[in-house]
Amino acid sequence: MMVWAKIRPYAMIAPAILIFCLFYIYPIGYMVYLSTFDWNFVSPTKMYVGLENFTSLFSESAFREVMHNSITYTCLTVFFTLGMSLFLAIWLNKKSMVYRFVQGAIFSPHIISLVSISMLWMWLMDTEYGLLNWLLSLVGGEKIQWLTHPDVALYSLVLVAVWKGIGFNTLVFIAGLQSIPRDIYEAAELDEANRFRMFYKITLPMLSPTLFFLTVICMIGSFQIFDTISIMTQGGPINSTNTFVYFIYENGFRFFNIGYASAAGVVLLIILSILTFLYFRLLSRSVHYR
Amino acid sequence: MILKTLSSKILNAMALIIVVMIFALPFFWMATTSLKTLGETIVFPPVWLPEKLNWQNFQQAWQSGPFLHYFINSVLVSVGILILQLLTIIPAAYAFARYRFRGDTFFFGLTMITLMIPSQLIFLPVYLQMSAWGLLDTLWALILPFSSSAFGIFLLRQSFKQVPEELLEAARLDEASEWRIMMRIMVPMAKPVLITFGLFSFITHWNDYFWPLVMTTTDEARTLPIGVTKLLHVEGGVAWHILMAGNMMLVLPILLVFFFAQRHIIRAFVYTGVK
Repeated sequence: MMVWAKIRPYAMIAPAILIFCLFYIYPIGYMVYLSTFDWNFVSPTKMYVGLENFTSLFSESAFREVMHNSITYTCLTVFFTLGMSLFLAIWLNKKSMVYRFVQGAIFSPHIISLVSISMLWMWLMDTEYGLLNWLLSLVGGEKIQWLTHPDVALYSLVLVAVWKGIGFNTLVFIAGLQSIPRDIYEAAELDEANRFRMFYKITLPMLSPTLFFLTVICMIGSFQIFDTISIMTQGGPINSTNTFVYFIYENGFRFFNIGYASAAGVVLLIILSILTFLYFRLLSRSVHYR
Repeated sequence: MILKTLSSKILNAMALIIVVMIFALPFFWMATTSLKTLGETIVFPPVWLPEKLNWQNFQQAWQSGPFLHYFINSVLVSVGILILQLLTIIPAAYAFARYRFRGDTFFFGLTMITLMIPSQLIFLPVYLQMSAWGLLDTLWALILPFSSSAFGIFLLRQSFKQVPEELLEAARLDEASEWRIMMRIMVPMAKPVLITFGLFSFITHWNDYFWPLVMTTTDEARTLPIGVTKLLHVEGGVAWHILMAGNMMLVLPILLVFFFAQRHIIRAFVYTGVK
């Protein structure tokens, strides 16, 4: 009986921990291990090559493009999503039925499969018959090749990401706004502070933990974007929308370059780890908590 | 003065309508397109409403592949994941919330690290593992990696911690077993959190496209999102009306649930952002 009481907690966490080790912790190690081998899935011979995969990755212009695309996509997505969400949150932070409905409407894309969103926007962005180009033609604009022009396609994907992400971020901001105590604002009103000053001196500092959190979440999410690229552009035209996960997927599954793909995976792992680390560091310092 | 407030009210209302349009119009476009004829999808300027409602588009989409099979797989995967998650996270959350044991912080730290590892990062090694175990193209490859949830453990642990100790003491005096305490006292008290987590988990895995894409090469274990993308690759270009009909089948169940349980669902997803 005593023995069982000692073992019990371990028995209770065992299934979950086993799953985590098998499918999360161990694969990370395995991926790092694989990144030092030259191995195409087809031939059974693995050759140890040390860091060669990494050197060839960084010397390849295609991968440099992938890095560049990923960073561009992430920065733009985060900037526009959070900027617009913050604006919408301050505007829509009211408790009436109408505002509830509007909040629900902007949130709805968040729970829809990204597969459907991708195909829907492909249709909206169709060069010949798409709704977007028709709307443009109303205001006298030229037809845009949303997904088929190498200088435009990446920005089109950002547009879709922002459209999908705005609702979620707005609602998190609203939750953050509602946790700010009213009496601070009342005190500021007594001091006859104007609205802009109040936003700058009270709202923004009080929201900073939420802002940090959302920035990191949005960055991590954007670095892993796959669905829209796989469905809408397949990394094209001419590699202009090829990003990290898609690059790893193609090298692993189309060219069977396991070692090479793993090396790219390790680079992504390092980026995500830095972001996560930064988030925790920022959270533990200089954030206005009460 | 009165005029000024009235005009700003009207402007505000117009702005609200525009915002709703930006998010509702694409879905409206999906719905109307799914009922158009092929001819109505390839004209410029576009047709807003179809001449007549072509319900046969849905039939055509449904019959273009083994859609019933995809649908059953989708249900099996989403429900299977949820059941296994509940079985693994309830005891783990209870142990982390209520017991002190050697290494508990280490194991909880391990759980939290898992929260930071996205499936998009580790699919390649997991794929090789599944291939070694001969599980590729089976539902197990889609279910097992998600059969526990760090997020779920985190949420449940929070709510288990809030149960007052006196309740447990009283139950222990009555010689109730720990298992009974967990199932009869803890779980009912955490019901709202469990419903929240359940909605979050089901919707996430119902919508998932990446994992089934990676883990399947035949129709054997494919799910609806993969089935719908098959409609993209038909002969002679994309048939938008059929494609949108297929997507309606994927989107409608979720939108209907959202319509009726909006508050619960929003809470389920926004929870992640409010720690």
